[in-house]
Amino acid sequence: MAPEPPLLTMSGITKSFPGVRALDGVDLQVQAGEVHCLLGQNGAGKSTLIKVLAGAHQPDGGEITWRGERTALKSPIAAMRLGVATIYQELDLVEHLSVAENVHLGHEPTTAGFVVRARDAKASTAALLKRLGHGEIDPGRLVGELSAAQQQIVSMARALSHEVRLIVMDEPSAALDPDEVDNLFRIVGDLTADGVAVVYISHRLEEIRRIGDRVTVLKDGRAVAGGLPAKDTPTKDLVALMTGRNLEYVFPDRPTGPPAAEPVLTVRGLTRHGEFEPLDLDLRPGEIVGLAGLVGSGRSEILETIYGARKASAGQVSVGGETLRPGSVRAAVRAGLGLAPEERKAQALLMLESVTRNVSVSTMSRFSRGGWVDRGAELRAARAATRELSLRPDQPHVPVRTLSGGNQQKAVLARWLLRGCRVLLLDEPTRGVDVGARAELYAVIRRLADDGLAVLLVSSEVPEVLGLADRVLVLREGRVVHRAPARDLDEHRVLDLVLEGSPAS
Amino acid sequence: MTQPAPAAEAAAHKTAPADGGSPWRATLARADVRTLSLLGVLAALILIGGVTQPDSFLDTDNLQLILTQASVIGVVTVGMTFVIISGGIDLSVGAIVALASVWATTVATQEYGFAGILFTAVVVGMGCGLVNGLLIAYGGMVPFIATLAMLASGRGLALQITDGKTQMVTVDGVLRLGERDSYVLGIPPLVLVFAAVTVVGWLLLNRTTFGRRSVAVGGNAEAARLAGIDVRRQRLYLYLLSGLCCGIAAFLLIVLAGSGQNTNGNLYELDAIAAAIIGGTLLSGGRGTIVGSVLGVLIFTTITNIFALNNLETATQQIAKGAIIVAAVLVQRRTANNH
Repeated sequence: MAPEPPLLTMSGITKSFPGVRALDGVDLQVQAGEVHCLLGQNGAGKSTLIKVLAGAHQPDGGEITWRGERTALKSPIAAMRLGVATIYQELDLVEHLSVAENVHLGHEPTTAGFVVRARDAKASTAALLKRLGHGEIDPGRLVGELSAAQQQIVSMARALSHEVRLIVMDEPSAALDPDEVDNLFRIVGDLTADGVAVVYISHRLEEIRRIGDRVTVLKDGRAVAGGLPAKDTPTKDLVALMTGRNLEYVFPDRPTGPPAAEPVLTVRGLTRHGEFEPLDLDLRPGEIVGLAGLVGSGRSEILETIYGARKASAGQVSVGGETLRPGSVRAAVRAGLGLAPEERKAQALLMLESVTRNVSVSTMSRFSRGGWVDRGAELRAARAATRELSLRPDQPHVPVRTLSGGNQQKAVLARWLLRGCRVLLLDEPTRGVDVGARAELYAVIRRLADDGLAVLLVSSEVPEVLGLADRVLVLREGRVVHRAPARDLDEHRVLDLVLEGSPAS
Repeated sequence: MTQPAPAAEAAAHKTAPADGGSPWRATLARADVRTLSLLGVLAALILIGGVTQPDSFLDTDNLQLILTQASVIGVVTVGMTFVIISGGIDLSVGAIVALASVWATTVATQEYGFAGILFTAVVVGMGCGLVNGLLIAYGGMVPFIATLAMLASGRGLALQITDGKTQMVTVDGVLRLGERDSYVLGIPPLVLVFAAVTVVGWLLLNRTTFGRRSVAVGGNAEAARLAGIDVRRQRLYLYLLSGLCCGIAAFLLIVLAGSGQNTNGNLYELDAIAAAIIGGTLLSGGRGTIVGSVLGVLIFTTITNIFALNNLETATQQIAKGAIIVAAVLVQRRTANNH
C-alpha cells in the first residue's frame, strides 16, 4: 500500500471568523479504507474543519489534496461530486418529505431530466436501508414520523446514495442506544472494507478504541498530534493532548454528615402514561440525587413533569409540604423549583440578551416596583450571583451567546441561585461543556448543595452521575429498577441495570 | 456601578464624560450603528428636501405637516414594534384604526362630545386587540391568521357602520385640536401625543418588566415559559397594547381629518411593519427598538413629503420605499454578521 497516495491531505488549513481564529494551520491525512478519528474539546476546531471538508466553509489558507491532486472544495456540491459526504450532528432532513425523497433530495432519478421516477427512488432507497441493516424502515414514510436513530440511518443512506469515497460522521453515536451503536459500527466496518474512508468524530474514547484506526487530536485550532494509533495510544496521553491536563474528571468530595431529615421535594406516584411509571422520590436539602438511564428511559420527562412543563397523568409533587398545581411551571417556580434544561440554547437562554438579563429573567419582580425595573439593583444582584459561580468573563453586559458552553450553563444556574430556589433540576448539565470546564461546574453544583439546595441530576454519562450524586436511581423504560447510594455502584453495574433491568431493591 | 448625579444635560452633549465607567458612555457606545445610520438617512433626506425645494421644504408649515402626518402611523408603529419584538405580527392595525375612527364618529357617539369620541376610539381599539390577543394567546391561533381575520372583519364592520359615507365631526373640542390656535410652542397637539406615546413606549420597553418579558417571549418563548414567565398572558397584553395604540391613532386621525371614514388607515399594517423593520426590529422577534421604529416612520413620511413637493408620482414614491426597505435590511444583515 506504500506507494498509493493518501485519499485526502489537508495541510496548513487556516480559517478565521470575526474575532476568532478557528483553524490555525491544521494538517490532516486520511487513507482510503481507514477510520480516522478526530478528537478535541468543544471549540478545538473540529466542526470548522469538517465544514471545510464538506465545502460549506472556504478556508483562508492551506492546501487540500484529493487522491494526489490539488483541489478546492468550493461548495458542498463540489465536495459531493468528489465523493465526500458529511453526516452532521444536527440532522439535515426535511421532515415533511418521505424517506426516499430525502435520500434522493437534489439528485432524484429522473426521466427526461425532470420527471421523478418515484418507484426507482423507493427501490434504491430500500436497498440502501437494507444494506444499513434497517430494512424495516419504509421508504414511503415521512421522515418526521421516524425516531432519532432511524433518522440518522436515513441521513446515512443519503450519504451513501452518492458515489462516496469519504464519509464524515460528526458524533453519530450521540443520539443512539448501545445496540444501535453496534449497528453503526458494523456499517462503518462494511464501508471501510469497501475502501471508503471514514472521518469519525466522537467524545467517547471507548468508541474510538473500538473502531478507530488512527487519531488526529485538535486543540485550539491546531492539530497537536496526527495519525496516532487509535487502539493503543494511552488514554492519559490523548486526554493530555486534548486538555494539557492529565485528568479527565475531578469530582468534588461528598459531605460527610447525613443530609437534613426533612425532604424539601416529595414526589408521590408521579406518572405520565407512555413515558414513565409511578415514581416516588424524596429529596433533602444538601443532597444530590442522580437519575441514570438511557435516552428514552424517561429521565428528562420525569424532570420536566416535576417542573410542571409537562402535565402529570397522576401523582403529586410537593415542595416544603405544599402540593404543586400540576402542569404549571409558574407554580413550580414560585414554590422554589428551578430547571436547567437539556437544550440550553433552545429552552433556557435568550441568546440575544445580556448575561444580566438572562440571569434576572425569573426574578424581575424583585427588582421592580409597579413594573418599573431598578436596573442598578438588578445588575448588582445578577453580578453577585454570576461572581458566586465564577462566571467568565465577568462582564454583565456581554450577550450570553458569546459565552462558552460551561459559562452559559453557569448563567442558567445563576438565574436560579438569584431566585433563591430550593430544588434545582439539572438535565444534562455538562452537555456541550468542555472537559476542562466540567470539573469546575461539578464543584459549583456540589457547593450549591452544600449551601442547602436539593439537586436532582439527570445525565447520560454514568461516571458523571456516580461521581456527583449521593444517591442514584437507575431508570429503564420509564421505571426505576434500582436505588442505591452512589458509592455502592460502579459504572458496569449501572450499565448492566439500564440494559438488563434486573429487578432489585 | 455607581449611579452618578443626574448630569444628563452635560452628558447629552457630544463630549463623553471623563469617567469611563459612566452608564452614559456605555449607552453612547451601545447606541449602535443602526440608529446612527438611520439618523444619517434622515439627515440626507432633509438635505435633499432642502436642496430640491429650498423654499417650501424647510418651511415651518411643511415641517409641522410632516410631523403631523407621521403622528398617526407613528403611534400605530410603536404598538406594532412591541408585537413584532415579541415574535408576533399584527396585520389588523389599519382595520382597527378604521373601525375605531368610524365607531367614534357615529352620530350617537358624538352626542357624548369630546370624551365620548376619545373613549370610544380607545375602547374599540382595545376591544379588537383583546380579541386578537385571546385568539392568539389562548386560542392557539397563528398571529398572522388571527389578525388577518381581524383585518377582514374589522374593515367589513367599519363599512357596515358608515355605509361607505364620510362621518363629519361636529364636536368643536375635537376640531379645535387640529387648528393652529391649539399648537403648543408651534407644535401641533397630535405631534405631542405621538411624542408622548414614543416616550412611554421607550420606557415600557427598556425600563419595565413588561418590556423585558416582551423581549424574552420573542427571543425564546420556550425559555421564557421555563423561566416562569406567563407567556400567554404576556401575548394577550401585547395585542391589547397594539389595539390601544390603534385606538389612539384613530382619535388622532379623527382630529386630523375632521371626520371618520371606513377607508381610514388603509395599508397601515404594511407601513408600520416596514417602519419597524427598517428601524432594526427583527421580524423573528427578540430584538427591536422604539427609537429605530420612530426613525423609520419619520424617514417614510419625509420621503412622501419630498416626493409630493417635487410633484413626483406616487408610483415612484412606492418604488423608492421598497428600495429603502431592501437596503436597510441588507445593511443590517451586514452589521449583524460583523458582530
